[in-house]
Amino acid sequence: MTGSAAGAGEDAEAVDDPMVFEQLLRQRAAREQRRARMRRTGRQVVVLGLFICLLAVLYSLYKVVGGGIDDAQSDWPLIGSILPESDDLKMPPVLDIVSGIFDEPRGTDEPFWSIVGKEAAFTLREAAVGFAIGVVVGLGIAIVLTTSGRLERALVPHVIASQTIPLIAIAPIIVIWGRKSFDFLPFEWQDWMSVSIIATYLTFFPVTINGLRGLQSPRPENLELMDSYAARWGQTLWRLRLPASLPYLFAAFKIAATASVVGAIVGEISAGVKGGLGRRVLLEAQRYTTGPERLYIAVLGAAVLGIFVFAAISSIEYALVGRKGRETVT
Amino acid sequence: MSDAVPAADPQAMAVAVEGASKTFNPGRANEVKALEDIDLDIGQGDFVTLIGPSGCGKSTLLRLIAALIDTTEGSVLVNGKPADAARLDRDYSMVFQRAGLFDWRNVSRNIELPLELMGWKAADRRRRSAEMLDLVKLGEFARHHPAELSGGMQQRVAIARAMSFHPKLLLMDEPFGALDEMTREHMQNELLRIWSETRITVVFVTHSIPEAVFLSTKVVVMSPRPGRIAAVIENDLGERNEATRDDPAFFANVTAVRNALRGGH
Ligand SMILES: Nc1ncnc2c1ncn2[C@@H]1O[C@H](COP(=O)(O)OP(=O)(O)O)[C@@H](O)[C@H]1O
Ligand SMILES: [Mg+2]
Repeated sequence: MTGSAAGAGEDAEAVDDPMVFEQLLRQRAAREQRRARMRRTGRQVVVLGLFICLLAVLYSLYKVVGGGIDDAQSDWPLIGSILPESDDLKMPPVLDIVSGIFDEPRGTDEPFWSIVGKEAAFTLREAAVGFAIGVVVGLGIAIVLTTSGRLERALVPHVIASQTIPLIAIAPIIVIWGRKSFDFLPFEWQDWMSVSIIATYLTFFPVTINGLRGLQSPRPENLELMDSYAARWGQTLWRLRLPASLPYLFAAFKIAATASVVGAIVGEISAGVKGGLGRRVLLEAQRYTTGPERLYIAVLGAAVLGIFVFAAISSIEYALVGRKGRETVT
Repeated sequence: MSDAVPAADPQAMAVAVEGASKTFNPGRANEVKALEDIDLDIGQGDFVTLIGPSGCGKSTLLRLIAALIDTTEGSVLVNGKPADAARLDRDYSMVFQRAGLFDWRNVSRNIELPLELMGWKAADRRRRSAEMLDLVKLGEFARHHPAELSGGMQQRVAIARAMSFHPKLLLMDEPFGALDEMTREHMQNELLRIWSETRITVVFVTHSIPEAVFLSTKVVVMSPRPGRIAAVIENDLGERNEATRDDPAFFANVTAVRNALRGGH
């Protein structure tokens, strides 16, 4: 994108080939676009910060209003029966939540953010392994389905049906299988691996569905082009179908990544696996009265983890496909 | 790969179509008789255009030659071999109306695509793609991505990609159909230059009469429903350049093709 042509941009008047001239105009427009995108990203960060502040303000305002609701129930019967009342136990003050992040919970000599951070890392590992397996399995299914329209029509309904089984119901089964049946594996099965399998269950699905669309997205003439070069099936897959499906796949990866965090947390809770954020949420809910802000912080930790994995996938996507004008996928 | 293949008979016709018919979806409600009883010989080094109204089977005939689809009846030989054997030997290359470049590859890597499929070494590919970029005069755009190029430039890259492995035959399906008139004439001149430099055989589908007459040594006029060859017009204009477009002989042949398209003579 740089090179001699961009260097010639300074004296565009000296160019006589109309195609080269047109090219220089295009490059100038592309540079403008890049700058506009950076400005947009900066604005988005500011807006997000403001939004979080706004939420904190609304939360605090509601505490002021909601604090009076119980007393006022007789005065405003309607509002009193719709809106829940609030007090410092139900809605700990924002400042309590902020200071709770840095407090050391009784019985530990570690600030709470550090404890939650380690547990988030534990959950992240479960989610990441589940995501990776889900991507491999999901893409594998999509590739197999691409080989034949009949296979696709026969199997896609089953793939969809698989998602109707409630996760909470299968989670304990998978943990029990892991403990009892997976002893043929060369490594010792650990409970967090079962949670990864649970996360896989949520992640493979969007990858299969979008992957299938992406693998089928090349235009017929591009497939004919590969045929005309007598390309083997695998060559067409690797050099045309897979690259063409990247935008579709990344859309799925973003859904799958957040789903893998959800799957990991729900999996931990319903399978009783220790060490992660799911367990933390359960624990803080049980001892809520002694520190309501800690439950809020644990939930915030889960939200941050979800945003983190989403942002991570987005930046990989930007690095891989974002720059290259994917609006002209042919 | 190519060393296992018997050398093509240099005397053989580049393309020999004999009694070829093509029916899509035979026996079903949506049956279409696209081509009927096509006989066509194309000599080595010819530049043949197929012209006719939309739907008369030009693309279908080109796909038969490319062995992308099979004939319902009749035979297609390319360089003396069955069309599919020629395809597997990479005897020909195709260019479509849409350039169809892979936008995740830069220009140079797009040109290398067929070479990769044929298992060329990276250094050889690099060298050949540089040669091809010179051929289509896009040397300075090697590292650009297709989305950054205009339609005409993309089509030049598509031609470079098609020529990269020096095929004997170039099959082009309305390659300039989406370009504006100025770019189109420029591309026609470029294609003629490449043709005369390489002496490659070209089969070129178009529905523009001046384009057909300007470019080709032979104009094959087709008629629809079912697709047949209505006339073959020899078009010997000699060395062509910008002046050819104002040549009386050029206009005479434009008229001849137009009359053949109308069905009269
Ligand atoms: N794959 C196909 N299936 C069914 N009908 C087709 C197919 N390809 C082409 N046809 C039909 O064959 C006829 C000739 O098409 P085509 O060769 O594309 O015409 P042209 O290129 O001259 O416009 C048209 O009636 C078209 O609808
Ligand atoms: Mg056509």
